[in-house]
Amino acid sequence: MVSRAREQGPPQAGPSVTTALSALVRRDLRLALRQRGDLLTAVLFFLLTAALFPFGIGPEPNLLLRIAPGILWVTALLAVLLSLERLFLADGEDGSLDLLLVSPLPLELAVLGKVLVHWLSSGLPILLSTPLAALLYGLPAEALPVLLLALALGTPTLSLLGATAAALTLGARRGGVLLPLLTMPLYVPVVIFGVAAVDASLAGLSARPHLLLLAALLAAALPVAALAGAAALRQAAE
Amino acid sequence: MEDGCAPGDPGALVAEGIACRRAERLLFRGLDFRLEPGGLLLLGGPNGSGKSSLLRLLAGLLRPAAGRLLYAGEPVAAEPAAYRARLQFVGHQEAIKPVLSGRENLGFWCRLRGLAGGAAGAAALDAALAHFALDEIADEPARLYSSGQRRRLALARLLAAPAPLWLLDEPSVGLDSRSVAALVSAIGRHRAGGGAVVLATHVDLGLGEAQRLDLAEHAPDAPALAEWQW
Amino acid sequence: MSDLARPPAGSALHRFASPARFLRLAGSLQPWLAGGTLLCLGVGLYLALFGSPADYQQGETVRIMYVHVPAAWMALFVYLCIALASASLLVWRHPLAGLVAKASAPLGAAFTFLALATGSLWGKPMWGTWWEWDGRMTSVLILFFLYLGLIALTNAFESPERGQRASAVLALVGVVNLPIIKFSVDWWNTLHQPASVMRLDGPTIDPSMLWPLLIMAAGFTFYYLWVMLLRVRGELVEARLRALQRLETEGR
Repeated sequence: MVSRAREQGPPQAGPSVTTALSALVRRDLRLALRQRGDLLTAVLFFLLTAALFPFGIGPEPNLLLRIAPGILWVTALLAVLLSLERLFLADGEDGSLDLLLVSPLPLELAVLGKVLVHWLSSGLPILLSTPLAALLYGLPAEALPVLLLALALGTPTLSLLGATAAALTLGARRGGVLLPLLTMPLYVPVVIFGVAAVDASLAGLSARPHLLLLAALLAAALPVAALAGAAALRQAAE
Repeated sequence: MEDGCAPGDPGALVAEGIACRRAERLLFRGLDFRLEPGGLLLLGGPNGSGKSSLLRLLAGLLRPAAGRLLYAGEPVAAEPAAYRARLQFVGHQEAIKPVLSGRENLGFWCRLRGLAGGAAGAAALDAALAHFALDEIADEPARLYSSGQRRRLALARLLAAPAPLWLLDEPSVGLDSRSVAALVSAIGRHRAGGGAVVLATHVDLGLGEAQRLDLAEHAPDAPALAEWQW
Repeated sequence: MSDLARPPAGSALHRFASPARFLRLAGSLQPWLAGGTLLCLGVGLYLALFGSPADYQQGETVRIMYVHVPAAWMALFVYLCIALASASLLVWRHPLAGLVAKASAPLGAAFTFLALATGSLWGKPMWGTWWEWDGRMTSVLILFFLYLGLIALTNAFESPERGQRASAVLALVGVVNLPIIKFSVDWWNTLHQPASVMRLDGPTIDPSMLWPLLIMAAGFTFYYLWVMLLRVRGELVEARLRALQRLETEGR
């Protein structure tokens, strides 16, 4: 498990590991591009939900601006969550996971590779469509770079922690309900600092400390997700 | 194959007192065998006796409940990554992505095992596809393949990314007689080159001389079943 | 992928011997733990309700503290126990550790819920609202969700072993996250509502209040150990039953 990964010693690093990792990333990207529907799901969900809130709250500009950071963060989070369930599902069902485990590529790296593709196919499109959503809430142009930076630092953390949960629930009954339950407590800090960064810049304060905290969360999530995700996938194959 | 990604020296695969437990149930125990390079181990036994589990165990996907596994004199547990680099596993599932073509599927699994692309890699890929008569449909999306064609594509992995140890779970399921002949000849060539094969099957494929292991003989008796559940 | 370097014969023996030994040990501990629970809770509740003074600020509502604070302590203590059990399950693969974690999770969730409910009861007269987004209460709420996740994940698989090991990984991820969650929530809290909230358990506390608190905490701990061992014994008996059923159906 966690300790076993350490016992294995350094993986035979070198050209073969790089080849294998880039092959995995390129294949998953190709799969994502060929199944464009999946690619659009996250963005569409993000934009539609963000557009729906003003109908529930009323079009008062000050109120909308006040809640915009929170709404945009939570909808981005839900959009990421929406696409997480499928992260390991297909590989687990068609036997690809077994071959991934039997391949010489260290599983920890394979998990990070799959998370990278997940972020590129969900986090990045959300990030690119954020200016559009910010427009709906009348977010001032000065706050937009901070929002984008916060999302750029925060959404990978959401993908990483979510990947752990997706790996843990692989093969579970009611996997779809489990995923939000498992990820919600882990996502709280990201939302808090992500929203605080935008709030600070709206209030004319420096968003730097919040952005640094978001970066620290990302740095901490990388090894946790790699180790826990790999451990969970090994369990799923057993 | 290219330098640097050589499949490694073949060695003997040795099992010492292996036991396997699945979902609280002891499947078999006290399993010993020694498979030399060039050897073939045929796994027999009724359904549920643990043939697939033993193959998954040999592939490192399952942990033995007792006993240990050695490859080329080294405990597998000491260098799992090095051991994995020396084996190819073809299980029940073909691990084929329907939106990718046969060639793309095969190429991915080769590169995942560290084989570089390039001309040499492409030549090995073509040869593997041709051996299993897939060359004409190699560029079609795999979702159009029949179940026999999917099976052949999975088997083509063995030739495209060579490894000294093959672990095959019912490889002939769904294959027509011509494809079975292709499989038998591939196994023959592999063994002639010093490769070893562990194969679970219910049908006699005519693979020549082989060691046989009947898992029913290693099934736990009643007291052991009760004991082990704890 | 695994360490096969375990002593081949010893592990079988070990697996067999330990549950039987455990059952004997747990059985002999049971009356002591039950007695300790009843004694401590009896004395503690008497002192809390009758033997201690009302607070000069909070009045009689302060007596909620004697349940609330030990419950909150137990919420964290049980999580710590689960994390330790999870680590030993993943590292040494000891089957008993998985059962301890599985048996502890609902108890921890119950303590967490008790802390939330008593906090809410206390909050109504003190803050005038059933729920206040106070830093501590919010952290406890998130801990409650973490417990729910552990319970749901443990029971989400056909194979009990897989459920236990999956939730062990989650428990360890949660341990890494708990301090971060606590820090972020406290920080969020001070950001949004400047310290107007009075702490339920202040730094200074009179001995006449401290003793009932400690006795109640001891009673809660005894209760946890008692019921946890009971539940582990139940799980073991169930596993034994499943084994016997398998023997029956397989006709051996």
